[in-house]
Amino acid sequence: MKSNVDIVDLAKVELREANAVLQQHNAGGRAAHFKVLNPEGAHALACGLDAPVIVEIDGHTGYYCAGMNKTAEITISGNAGPGVAENMMSGTVHVLGDASQYAGASGHGGLLVIDGNASSRCGISMKGIDIVVAGDIGHMSAFMAQAGRLVVLGDVGADFGDSIYEAKLFVRGKVKSLGADCIEKNMADEHRDELAELLARAQVDANPEDFKRYGSARKLYNFHIDNVGAY
Amino acid sequence: MCGIVGLYMKNPALEPELGRLFAPMLIEMSDRGPDSAGIAIYHDPLEDEGAVKLTLFHPDDDFDWEELVGFLGEDLQQSATVHAIASHAVLISDGDADLLTQAILGYNPKLQVMSTGRVIEIYKETGLPAAVARRFALEAMGGSHVIGHTRMATESAVTTAGSHPFSTGLDLCLVHNGSLSNHNWLRSTLERRYGLVCRTENDTEVAAAYLTAKLLEGRTLHQALEDSIDDLDGFYTFCVGTADGFAVLRDPIACKPAILAETKDWVAMASEYRALTGLPGVGDARVWEPEPATVYSWGWEAA
Repeated sequence: MKSNVDIVDLAKVELREANAVLQQHNAGGRAAHFKVLNPEGAHALACGLDAPVIVEIDGHTGYYCAGMNKTAEITISGNAGPGVAENMMSGTVHVLGDASQYAGASGHGGLLVIDGNASSRCGISMKGIDIVVAGDIGHMSAFMAQAGRLVVLGDVGADFGDSIYEAKLFVRGKVKSLGADCIEKNMADEHRDELAELLARAQVDANPEDFKRYGSARKLYNFHIDNVGAY
Repeated sequence: MCGIVGLYMKNPALEPELGRLFAPMLIEMSDRGPDSAGIAIYHDPLEDEGAVKLTLFHPDDDFDWEELVGFLGEDLQQSATVHAIASHAVLISDGDADLLTQAILGYNPKLQVMSTGRVIEIYKETGLPAAVARRFALEAMGGSHVIGHTRMATESAVTTAGSHPFSTGLDLCLVHNGSLSNHNWLRSTLERRYGLVCRTENDTEVAAAYLTAKLLEGRTLHQALEDSIDDLDGFYTFCVGTADGFAVLRDPIACKPAILAETKDWVAMASEYRALTGLPGVGDARVWEPEPATVYSWGWEAA
């Protein structure tokens, strides 16, 4: 291990202290490199980082790991509990195992990569985040997704993209069912190029030709010009 | 909120360690349910085919259990032995479980029958999970499997009777994280159609009675759980204890968390991974989240 990696061992320090160490460069935005040992399913670990630090978490995490992340690069060598990378603004979060419910929920930016499966409500209310899942995702994913891109190499559960706005959804596997107002759309060259760039950035090996694209049919109430007068 | 934990020993050599490994799992879930806790432990199976084991509760720790045994001997001509543990007692008899239950409830209105069967014992109380575990000396208990619950009450009062697990028949019990929305209708239906009377306002007791009704109809436990996906409205992660194993079911929406882990020696279930971190070999365990509306079971014939 490189000598400039600081060890944060949750078997030795309390969670609050560990998060304070990880957040110490927030104001100055200094680059640093941390390795977190023995997370043991702890909640809200490595949340609110606001500096280009590298954080490697060695083990499984609990609720809300890497929430509100800004510019940090966080890797979880294990499974992530519910709400990983929730409301992420920028930076990268990489889960080497599976992720639980609502991964990347309401994220505004940055990149979330999940090597395993994500469960239900992945990317719910996403607002600009890019999410790449190498495995399957569960039901009600991308519900009310407003902006950003969700890429799934495996299969997708029921009610995909229900009430979606402008987010782009790319799926290589099967979709169990589409939610209200979500439809399959054509894959033009510009979409294949966009997807290829995103897959490369996520370092995921897949051929853009094998994907289908889904998005909003823009038929729900909000999209009808006749309803503008309601305000 | 509530927390659920379960541990099933695949390797019999670990059975003496059951309570010692399980107590920290229950206590870790204190944040999810700090008002009450309970366990259903499966141990010391009765050898005599005709014998039955009842776990009883009386709010007074000094309740005279021997006097109850004397009453059963005189009134029912049923011999019984009793062993008190804090507010609970395990009564073993060769009588009929239903007749014994009726006689016991008639003997003293404050008495409650927590469980009946040949293997199961249920212990539950209000208070922090650590205090409840200590009160019943959980760490010292051995057994093949155990399920537990930490409660954060929502729809009914914080009482011993409202705590989980709930008995669902001989050697069967249920713990629940969530809330059912059609329990009032279901409660009256179960009473009218099956004569099953719920003793508390608790929604989980209704789910337990529902499973009991389905089993009385001749459905297997696996089928009864699948039926509940259609008939129970609301949010739930269930863990059901049986004489030789346990089963897990999440509702189709599955917003209540659950995690499963398995090694060659044990299977464990919990609301959160952090409850499992003290188990031997958990670092190499297969860890996964149970799918919605899917019955998972161990140790019994999944017919």
